[in-house]
Amino acid sequence: MKADRIVALLFILPSLILVGIFIYGFIGWTGWVSMVNWRDVFPDFTFVGLRNYSRLFEHFRFAISMKNTLIFTILFLLASIGIGLLLAILLDRKVRFEGFFRTVYLFPMAVSFVVTGVVWRWILNPGTGGESVGLNWLLEKIGLGFLKSGWYTDPNIGIKAVVIAAVWQMSGYVMALYLSGIRSIPTELYEAAQLDGANVFQLYRYIVLPLLRPVTLSAVIILGHISLKIFDLVFAMTGSGIGFSCDVPALFMYDTTFRGNYFSQGAAIAMILLLCVAALIIPYLVYSIRSEVRR
Amino acid sequence: MWRKLVLLVVMCLVVAVFAAKIEIFSWWTAGGEAEGLQELFNIYSRLYPGVEIINAAVAGGAGAQAKAVLKTRMLGGDPPDTFQVHAGHELIDTWVKTGFMEPITFLYREEGWDKVMPKGILDIVSYNGEYWSVPVNIHRANVLWYNKKIFEKYGLKPPKTFEEFFQVAEVLKSHGIIPLALGTKDGWEAAHVFETVLIGKLGAEGYKGLWTGKTKWSDPRVTDALETFARMLQYVNSDHAARTWDEACALIVEGKAAMNIMGDWAVGYFYAKNFYDFGWVLAPGNEGIFDALSDSFGLPKGAKNRENVINFLKVLGSKEGQLAFNIKKGSIPARTDIDKNLFPEYQRSAMEDWLKHEIVPSVMHGAAASESWVTDFKDVISLFVARPDVKTTQKALVNIAKAQGVPQ
Repeated sequence: MKADRIVALLFILPSLILVGIFIYGFIGWTGWVSMVNWRDVFPDFTFVGLRNYSRLFEHFRFAISMKNTLIFTILFLLASIGIGLLLAILLDRKVRFEGFFRTVYLFPMAVSFVVTGVVWRWILNPGTGGESVGLNWLLEKIGLGFLKSGWYTDPNIGIKAVVIAAVWQMSGYVMALYLSGIRSIPTELYEAAQLDGANVFQLYRYIVLPLLRPVTLSAVIILGHISLKIFDLVFAMTGSGIGFSCDVPALFMYDTTFRGNYFSQGAAIAMILLLCVAALIIPYLVYSIRSEVRR
Repeated sequence: MWRKLVLLVVMCLVVAVFAAKIEIFSWWTAGGEAEGLQELFNIYSRLYPGVEIINAAVAGGAGAQAKAVLKTRMLGGDPPDTFQVHAGHELIDTWVKTGFMEPITFLYREEGWDKVMPKGILDIVSYNGEYWSVPVNIHRANVLWYNKKIFEKYGLKPPKTFEEFFQVAEVLKSHGIIPLALGTKDGWEAAHVFETVLIGKLGAEGYKGLWTGKTKWSDPRVTDALETFARMLQYVNSDHAARTWDEACALIVEGKAAMNIMGDWAVGYFYAKNFYDFGWVLAPGNEGIFDALSDSFGLPKGAKNRENVINFLKVLGSKEGQLAFNIKKGSIPARTDIDKNLFPEYQRSAMEDWLKHEIVPSVMHGAAASESWVTDFKDVISLFVARPDVKTTQKALVNIAKAQGVPQ
């Protein structure tokens, strides 16, 4: 028994050490950097406490980018989960060529965020001088000209245009999650409900949706941490946008660290992002560990 | 048999380790600039055969991405043998004061560069009485480009003052033509235009003083510059947030827009698009002032191939190197002893101006202020483009100057 334990420990030791250094070690290092006065290429390790954080909270760009992240996360989660669930339910109705549709919906996820960003930058480009291009052109051609807009070039839309691209990319993935969830519901439950005289709507309302709750939770966790950390999509698609209407903290972090040489400020942003993601994930971890113990 | 094989392997390893190499880091990957860099490589290979050149270029306009890569490499103790850096505060504040560079004053003395380069440029590559990098080229930031055909069609004269600019813009607008093309996607372009407005309103001395504390940012002329800039923004294309600087130049090429304020790297773009109907004047109010920036290369401490770097720097500063590079790149040589008749028309005029105009350092391109100041400046102006609130913006400009330790 004891020898077993030692062998087991030996096997996980390499990854334990690597994870310890390259994840937790670096988190600790970033936390330290965020509390010193490193504002030049050459490190200055004078301890300044939480001054970088208090400066950050006074910075106009940080306020705008945090607000944008909040808007982005809420809209992105609602839309992806709504569309993903709808597609999964539709596909589950035994449509023909299900395999084909499933692949089509899932495909965008295989594309990198950078590619998505560049493509949607072109699609949502409003065009210049009264001439419509991209989506605006399409809307005009099908007689929906009144829907034309400046998309991400309009400061009132800004980050919401990026949400469209993100939803396009990730809703197929949510669909796959839900589809496997629906398929794993035992058929006896359906049969029992039908015997009780439940119609299709009731079937979904009282059987399927409640049983899909764990799937929704996973989807929220996975999409939520992506959206809080989002960088590549925004960077490729819009940059900070007009008046920072598309700015996100990760973009600000990159700019302030590598353009402005405010290394400590960049580290402070990284720590705040970490806390945001932790606030999302730690309750989930606690919940899942507890339910495992219960089992 | 085995012995031979082992010998061969060992020899290969020895060659791999001791083969002469030089790694050159830059952000020159597009059109004319990559060709210019290749010209320098060709000269170097001819003079110093057997040295392998590693071209470590990172793509991205104004070097935004390349600078991030460079910083991680320098901090990680793995400097490239030599790297591209804007002469001025970007060189001095970021790399020299922090002790990452070796002085190369001895090269200036040996090669006599201090006699053939003008004081305006020598000043911005020196610190503490030493020279720290070799300027390869000079670019001019304060140029107003215009589409000649459009101007002829409506019988307009290119504007020299702000008043004329607004008159011309009004006429163009009434004919449905975008008066001023702008692309703000990368975040620096609007600040670039504002820099020329500051020069136009404050003059050379006033503008230079902003970065040293001699001119206060609360100055009423700065207020005037902000108000004028806000007025100019009413004449730009509505989709500027979707365009980069070259996509803004495309509007001039396509004849949709009439004017554009951009550095003279725009010439390279126009030529690449086979567009020759462009004219140029100085940005409004910039008469007699040369808003300059310069790409330069230096010698980092701990460069692995020091001798090769010194030879490469010699090529950069040589007459032959500066001529070959700048003809391709569309900029002008930092040396003043090169025959200007070898250059195309725009560069000839810039070379003449270089000698007679007053030279001021460009802020948006790293010459006038430290990188942290430039980043904050760019952010404040970006916000101003969307929310043209003169009072708040001027206050923000005062505050970032204070944060840089410049008394206000």
